[in-house]
Amino acid sequence: MAGKNEDIIICRCEEVTLGEIREWIEKGYETFDELKRVLRVGMGPCQGRGCREMILREISAKTKVPVADIHPGTFRPPAKPVKLAVLAEGGDK
Amino acid sequence: MFWRRTADVVVIGAGVQGCSIAYNLAKMGVKDIVVLEKGTICSGSTGRCGAGIRAQWGTEMNCRFGLAAVEKFEQLHDELGMDCGLNQSGYLMVAYKDSEFEQLQKSMKLQNSLGINTRVVTYDEAKEICPGLAAEDAVGFTFHERDGHADPFLTTFAYMEAAKRLGVEFLRFTEVTDVKTVAGRVAGVATNRGDIDAPVVVNAAGGYSQFIAKMAGVEIPNLSERHEILITEPVEPGVCPPMLMSFSGNYYIQQRPHGSIIGGCSPEGHPQDYDLGNSWDFLEMMSRTFVRLLPRTKGVRVVRQWSGLYNMTPDRQPVLCEADNVKGFFLSCGYSGHGFMFGPISGELLAQLILGQEPWIPIGMLHYSRFERGELLIEPAVV
Ligand SMILES: Cc1cc2nc3c(=O)[nH]c(=O)nc-3n(C[C@H](O)[C@H](O)[C@H](O)COP(=O)(O)OP(=O)(O)OC[C@H]3O[C@@H](n4cnc5c(N)ncnc54)[C@H](O)[C@@H]3O)c2cc1C
Ligand code: FES
Repeated sequence: MAGKNEDIIICRCEEVTLGEIREWIEKGYETFDELKRVLRVGMGPCQGRGCREMILREISAKTKVPVADIHPGTFRPPAKPVKLAVLAEGGDK
Repeated sequence: MFWRRTADVVVIGAGVQGCSIAYNLAKMGVKDIVVLEKGTICSGSTGRCGAGIRAQWGTEMNCRFGLAAVEKFEQLHDELGMDCGLNQSGYLMVAYKDSEFEQLQKSMKLQNSLGINTRVVTYDEAKEICPGLAAEDAVGFTFHERDGHADPFLTTFAYMEAAKRLGVEFLRFTEVTDVKTVAGRVAGVATNRGDIDAPVVVNAAGGYSQFIAKMAGVEIPNLSERHEILITEPVEPGVCPPMLMSFSGNYYIQQRPHGSIIGGCSPEGHPQDYDLGNSWDFLEMMSRTFVRLLPRTKGVRVVRQWSGLYNMTPDRQPVLCEADNVKGFFLSCGYSGHGFMFGPISGELLAQLILGQEPWIPIGMLHYSRFERGELLIEPAVV
C-alpha cells in the first residue's frame, strides 16, 4: 500500500481520506456499514455514489473477498434529496 | 477457525447497552468477556436513534439516571479515549396545552430539587435559544442547557474500543439461538457458530430481548415498536441548536454538529413489524412539522429516512435486573426511546449488580416482577 496515496480524499462529501479508511479497516471495521458509522462515508448528499466503489475495493483488498461478493451497505430512501416544503405538500407532483 | 467454548460472561447484543456493560465489567476486573452480535456492531436501535440526552424527567429515578448520564457523557471522551460527538445545546421542551405546561413545571421543580437547573423560558428567550423558531401556538417552554445529544455510532464504538483494550472479545455475525439453563441457573448459549458455556449471560438484545428471554424460560412483556426518523442535508449551523421536543406536538428535532438536521416522531398506533420499513406518511407528516416549526428549513433537502425499534414495556421504563428463576441471567432492555442516553449509566449499574455490589443508583424497582405486581413506574415525561 503506497503511503503517499494516504492523503487522497475518497469520500468528498464527508472529506474522508484513503488513510483513514485503511486505518479503520485495519481495526476490524470491515463492512461498508461499519465504516459508514465510524467515518460517515456514504452519508453525504451523494449517498455514497462518489465513494462506495473505492471503499468496497479497499475492503476487498483487506478481506480477500471479491468486490462483487461484498455487501454494498444499506440504501436508504429518498434516493434523490427532496426539499422539506415539497414533501410537506404531499410530494413531487 | 478458533472457537472459544467458555467465557466468564457472555453479553448478547452489541448496541450501546451491551458495549457499555462489557466495558464496565472489564473495568471492574472481569477477565473473560465475550460480546455476541448477530449482525455488525451498532446495527440495531442504537445506530438508528435520535441520540438525545436529557435530565428533564418527571420521576426521581429518571432524573437521577438522566443527570448521571449527562455527567457521564461530559467526561466520556476522557474515560474512553475517543470522541463521542457530544453536543450540549440543551433540550427546549415545548408545551402546547396548559396541562402539559403545568406538568413540565412540576417536573422542573423535582429536577431543580435534584440539582438539575431546568428553567422556564419565555417565547422570546426560546427564539434566542433557537433562532427562527415559530411556535406562537405554544403555551410554555422549559430549557435545560446541559441536555443535548451525542453520536450514537461513535459512543458505541468508543465503548467497544475501550472494552477491547481491556481484553473483551467481540464476535460479529454470531447469532444466539438458545440460552442454556441447568437447575435454575444459566449455563451458556448456543449460537449459529457453536456453543459457549458461561455462568453469566446478559440479555442486551434490544428489540429482540423478549425472544432471548424466552430462550432462557423467562417471560417479559416487552414488545418492539417501529419508529421512523429522517435526516436532512447539512446546512449552516444555528438552524436548530437545541433539541426541540414536544410530547403533544409529537416531535423531536435537532441539528448535528456537521449541520444535518434530524427529526422524528411517534408513530400512529403501534407498528410491530421487524421489517424496519419506511413510510411516505411519516415523511410527509414530519416535513410538515419541520416547515411549521422552523420555516426557514423549507428549502432544505431530506437525504435519508429510516426506522428502528423501540423496545417497550407496559410502563415504558426499562427492565434492568437478574432473572428470578434463572440465576446468572441478567436483562438490560425495554428502554423505549431513552436507551441510548441511559446506556453509560445502566451499563455501570448492571455491572455492579452482576458483581454482587450495591448499584450506586438503586435499580430494585426496574425488576420485571413489577408488571405482575401491577406496580408500574409512572413517568410523565416519556415518549
Ligand atoms: C427512531 C429512534 C429514535 C430514538 N431516539 C432516542 C433518543 O433520542 N435518545 C435515547 O436515549 N434513545 C433513543 N432511542 C432508543 C434507543 O435507540 C434504544 O433504547 C437503545 O439504542 C437500545 O440499545 P440496546 O443496546 O439495548 O439495543 P440495540 O442497539 O438494538 O442492540 C441490540 C443488539 O442485539 C443484537 N441481537 C438481537 N438479537 C440477537 C441474537 N439472537 N444474537 C446476537 N445478537 C442479537 C441486535 O442485532 C442489536 O445489534 C431511539 C430509538 C429509535 C428507534
Ligand atoms: S462521496 Fe462519500 S457520501 Fe458522497
